Amino acid sequence: MNARVVVLAAGVALLAGVPLAATLAGQPYYIDLIRRVMVFAIAAASLNLILGYGGLVSFGHAAYLGVGGYAVGIFAFYGVHNGWLQWSVAIAASALVALVIGAISVRTRGIYFIMITLAFTQMLYFLAVSLEEYGGDDGMRLKVKSQFSGLIDLDNPVAFYYLVLVLLLGVVYLVHRLVNSRFGLVLRAAKSNEARSRAVGFSPYAYRLVAFVIAGAICGLAGALLANHTAYIAPAFMEWTRSGEIMFMVILGGMGTAPGPALGAFALLLVEDLLAGWTQHWQVILGPLLIMSVLFFRRGLAGLLPRGGDDG
Amino acid sequence: MAEAILEVRGLRKSFGALAATDGVNLDLREGETHAIIGPNGAGKTTLISQLAGNLRPDGGSIFFAGEDVTRLSAPQRAQRGFARSFQITSVYRDFSALDNVALAVQAHAGHSFRFWRPARAERALRDPARAVLEEVGLAARAGVLAANLAHGEQRQLEVAMALATRPRLLLLDEPVAGMGQEESQRMVRFLAGLKGRRSILLVEHDMDAVFTLADRISVLVYGRIIASGAPAEVRANPEVRRAYLGEEA
Repeated sequence: MNARVVVLAAGVALLAGVPLAATLAGQPYYIDLIRRVMVFAIAAASLNLILGYGGLVSFGHAAYLGVGGYAVGIFAFYGVHNGWLQWSVAIAASALVALVIGAISVRTRGIYFIMITLAFTQMLYFLAVSLEEYGGDDGMRLKVKSQFSGLIDLDNPVAFYYLVLVLLLGVVYLVHRLVNSRFGLVLRAAKSNEARSRAVGFSPYAYRLVAFVIAGAICGLAGALLANHTAYIAPAFMEWTRSGEIMFMVILGGMGTAPGPALGAFALLLVEDLLAGWTQHWQVILGPLLIMSVLFFRRGLAGLLPRGGDDG
Repeated sequence: MAEAILEVRGLRKSFGALAATDGVNLDLREGETHAIIGPNGAGKTTLISQLAGNLRPDGGSIFFAGEDVTRLSAPQRAQRGFARSFQITSVYRDFSALDNVALAVQAHAGHSFRFWRPARAERALRDPARAVLEEVGLAARAGVLAANLAHGEQRQLEVAMALATRPRLLLLDEPVAGMGQEESQRMVRFLAGLKGRRSILLVEHDMDAVFTLADRISVLVYGRIIASGAPAEVRANPEVRRAYLGEEA
């Protein structure tokens, strides 16, 4: 085992200990906070697949948080609380939306790609605002959380916490396998040098599109989790600033690294929480901090970890 | 005479008023090394880009092993056996030398929609890649990041990637450009070793390399081929001497 693995294992152990520590300290708020961070870490890990490894600067990734969240919310609105069904549809619908957005946007590069992904997400945002039945601008409450045949109770904060932790680890592992497979190497090679890829015989489009769909599907799962976490679904899930935040987590944590997105999610949301506790003008402090972090940690927070692994 | 593996008929490409390729006819026989020479701005890179499929010609056709490939994309041509090296070295800089060649092998090992097994542990990709690195003399540098290879080594790596695709046609755009004397001689010796086994279309400025390697030479000036033939014939051609070789001497 190399030093990097030891550090990451320690991090996982730390996360596993949060509910116990929070309960002992009489601060259950932290279970809630870290659970929220981990949901965003899943979203960031999915964006990392296309942004970090694929070089696709999607500025609309929050769309899938919305699609996943509304899938859960709309089922619940009609009295369908089966979590297996809700979450499967959340993932499938997100994949489908990603397929449509990706089929059009992945053909473009640079600023065009950024603008098209942003535009599609804005369309979905305003679609949600226009759905009066589901609360329009205000969104709707999730009165009953997703039910999993009595297997796990999401109303139990600790059980829900561990579910999110397990899913986060699963997603990080899945992305790790993907990016080191033949598929992942084609994706990364096309980011590294597209002309070379084409000359050697790869057509990058199909691989990029599939990666885009997988990323959307995973983020749809994060959306289903977020809906249950906040017990609320609103168009704000899909606000463009939300897309920016997820992107920032990936960049801050370290693009194209396995632990980067989670590190970025923790750093951003915990600092945000800390500053918000001090002053209501916390954004004035956070902004410069973010700029400095990008200037000083070129390779992201993951670059501070001991070297190791072949995903760097 | 062996049959032509590549046939170019009446190829035309203009950029505005400039005819960069002006009715080029060209053929390459199986196993032959055919060099295209010409002064700067003659349209050599434009020609090779059209052959490789990176640039769409305005008119004319390109036949490869009897098939019309004029409308095929670069990846489609690569799948049929085209391999290209670029005038400006083009490798995957943030991958190791071995990764670079293994990717070239992978590109010709069926589709890559394989999502789970670590590709770097696949002997079906790594073993042939190692063999090609050995062949071009880069075996000792297999683990080095391509960006950290010397310029000459990167050019060798590019040739290794081309060979790893087991190409039927090599398009080499100035393979010894920017190389030192010694590196360049090593590359020429290596390419000479491929002669007869590979069909090579070579664009090159270095006349020593051209006259060492080419079975046939075509001279491109302002988008037209003004002479074509065995090296001795081309060297003796007065028009060529005036247009090109004279300036070089």
